[in-house]
Amino acid sequence: MALFDQYGSLMAGYRGLSSREFNPFDIAFDAILSPTEAILRGRKILLLGTNNYLGLTHDPAVTAAAIEATRQLGSGTTGSRIANGSYAGHRDLERALAAFYQRRHAMVFTTGYQANLGILSAIAGKGDHLILDADSHASIYDGARLGLAEVTRFRHNDPDDLARRLGRLADLPGDKIVVVEGIYSMLGDTAPLREFAEVKRAYHAVLVVDEAHSLGVLGETGRGLAEAAGVEADVDCIVGTFSKSLGGVGGFCVSDLEGFEVLRVTSRPYMFTASLPPTVIAATTAALQVLRSRPELRQRLTEHAKRLYRGLAGLGFELGPEPNPIVSAIMPNPEAAFALWTRLLEAGLYTNVSLPPATPKGLALLRSSVSAAHSREQVDAAIAMFAEAGRAVGLIAPARTSSAGGAL
Amino acid sequence: MSDSADPIRDAVYRALRASVDSDVALNDKTNIRAELGLTSVAIMDFVFEIEDELDLSIPLDRIAEVETVGDLVATIRALEREG
Repeated sequence: MALFDQYGSLMAGYRGLSSREFNPFDIAFDAILSPTEAILRGRKILLLGTNNYLGLTHDPAVTAAAIEATRQLGSGTTGSRIANGSYAGHRDLERALAAFYQRRHAMVFTTGYQANLGILSAIAGKGDHLILDADSHASIYDGARLGLAEVTRFRHNDPDDLARRLGRLADLPGDKIVVVEGIYSMLGDTAPLREFAEVKRAYHAVLVVDEAHSLGVLGETGRGLAEAAGVEADVDCIVGTFSKSLGGVGGFCVSDLEGFEVLRVTSRPYMFTASLPPTVIAATTAALQVLRSRPELRQRLTEHAKRLYRGLAGLGFELGPEPNPIVSAIMPNPEAAFALWTRLLEAGLYTNVSLPPATPKGLALLRSSVSAAHSREQVDAAIAMFAEAGRAVGLIAPARTSSAGGAL
Repeated sequence: MSDSADPIRDAVYRALRASVDSDVALNDKTNIRAELGLTSVAIMDFVFEIEDELDLSIPLDRIAEVETVGDLVATIRALEREG
């Protein structure tokens, strides 16, 4: 078909993957048993490739709220909030988010992707400037492209480069809006947010932080990297998602910016899509309450993250720069990532393969992520499977044998 | 093709040579994606080097329009004119 000729080489690669027994981009689980276990082709496997950081998908309070809301309010809203009206739950969740972040305004979007589209396309207008971290998520790039502002990027996590770029724009009219993330989803690294905040202040820019992977993960109360770095007052908009630590789907933005509410009638990704169904709104509201009331989940998550990071580093895998719940092993090439991923799956462990353009600097990654719902034994079992699989495919050195004959 | 009196062209060629196999012959008609095999992300990354050297920022929509080496040189010249 000529229609798809533009994808020529990609198509060949995808067909190659489809012919394998397991295709990392086309996995369908038979059943999900818990936040950490699933059935795949009749076999129980350990999940180490979700974003279920706090394990709240199966929390009894969360699932009960979802069921009750569906019974009471039905399966869907069948329309957008602007055209067809909000339910009380949408407004209640927005109030709960605003209270959690101690901000005046909160807007809920139907997905996290749409939250970035909806905010970035609408807050920056013609003549304004969006300056993005180079490793930003696709939703940030796409949101920037949907609007009319001029878009440039700066080197990943480099406050000096950001300052140089803001300096070039200093004499030009228009708002300068800087976008960074809390934890980056591919390598699990965090932004140097204190330094970015200093640059933002020096150049009178607006700072947007996407805390998709850091909500519920970082900060004393789980508000994310801005809280952990002590710079919440410098962050003008925090964007986040319900689909990771909150175990649902949807996105949001909180802000104290004057006039923020006008976005409800100017942000197309907010206006022209169906609103979240009652089940998701109720589950997310309940999950936010659990996130706030059970800080021990966050502590447990951090312990697991460090344990997995140390374990994989000890085996000789090259990892991202810091231990966060996302632990990515850098592979020499995509084939190695597929080989390790397949071997791990055969052993009973589900992880992720991440390839360019989703990854920075053309890296092929074998991406894992831990959950507070994992047991320490499950994390250790995962490390042991990495040891076996990594050696079997030749990515790490063979095990040394102790005098007692056990593999180290 | 490089002209030592042309800092823009010099910067583009230098950055490209550092990003691709140095044996590849470059001229203004060389297609950056098709002939040099650079992905859109790789192109944005090598543009960093040019931006640093020439002290300018090239907007992403302008980079997206670039097909050949000559297009990139022309885009930067236009940006400098727009100043």
